[in-house]
Amino acid sequence: MGQWYMLTLVGKDKPGIVARVSKALYEGGCNLGEASMFRLGGNFTIMLMATSSKSAAEVDALLAPVCAELDLRRHVDPIEGKLHNHVEPNVSVTLFGADRAGIVAKATGALAAAGLNILHLESDVGGTEAEPIYIMQIEGVAYQGIEALRAALAEMAREGITIHVAPIDTLIG
Amino acid sequence: MAIQPILHYPDPRLAEVCAPVERFDDELRSFIADLEETMRAGPGGVGIAAPQVGRLIRVSVVDVSSKPDVKHHGRVVLVNPEILEWDGFAVGREGCMSVPDYTGNVIRAERIRLTAQDETGAAHEYAMEGYEARAVQHEIDHLDGLLFLDRLVSRRNDLFRRKVYQEPKAPKKD
Ligand SMILES: [Zn+2]
Repeated sequence: MGQWYMLTLVGKDKPGIVARVSKALYEGGCNLGEASMFRLGGNFTIMLMATSSKSAAEVDALLAPVCAELDLRRHVDPIEGKLHNHVEPNVSVTLFGADRAGIVAKATGALAAAGLNILHLESDVGGTEAEPIYIMQIEGVAYQGIEALRAALAEMAREGITIHVAPIDTLIG
Repeated sequence: MAIQPILHYPDPRLAEVCAPVERFDDELRSFIADLEETMRAGPGGVGIAAPQVGRLIRVSVVDVSSKPDVKHHGRVVLVNPEILEWDGFAVGREGCMSVPDYTGNVIRAERIRLTAQDETGAAHEYAMEGYEARAVQHEIDHLDGLLFLDRLVSRRNDLFRRKVYQEPKAPKKD
């Protein structure tokens, strides 16, 4: 196995990035773990766990040609990675409304103070340029219960942000 | 009574379509008792299907009564279950004793009507909803060789599908 690395790659989106990057890693003897990859504002972003017996500099060198070719910026950071270590979320929070400055800081600040540990967050801006709307979906663990989260967001709800806080009760069958 | 070992994906037996039960004898009842014991031994297990322990027959046990605030029929033995009606749909999180350390979102009918026999062969009809209906659909999938992995939906789809069972609007005061 060897050392786990967190690879971060960012660049203008174009076809074939995932295939080319994963091929370079595979051919260089790296094994891939958990990953999240998506397009953000026309950029393609990759956050990827990989394990290798190589050093960080060697893994970096492995990626250099493909990154040069596809014009990707990259980071290779050694991490204390571990697979088979998932934490189950017990709550989902969906929040949307007219886009305005500070909405993320306000919501996540209130949620953190009310005991939420965020495991996953996705947000997007939709609507039109004239009337943008902001949409955020969060999954996490509510350490002080779900009512605490609802109460923490009540003020934002009064300001016209729509908020849904729903338990996630994972069915094991 | 004995706890049976659980098969894990990618065991090919989990992908088989199971055969209907024709004989309702002591052997079947003893197997169902083992199946139930195995379900209760798994952490948080609310349902189990015979193929998960390697018996490719249409038998499942579901019991969601340990969950707070859900409508349920207690312990339900489902032999040769058949869903007659589906109504509504909802996204929910599922995991499986046969797929350790992974959970994902799956769309299921919110309400179902089904028939099934019990361990004596007597036929019953059930109307189920919510969590219990989800559990039954998960288990019947096992009898047809399907895992929740076959039905995963992305988180991004979640937002608008979730509307189906969203809560009432938050009160204006409080
Ligand atoms: Zn299952």
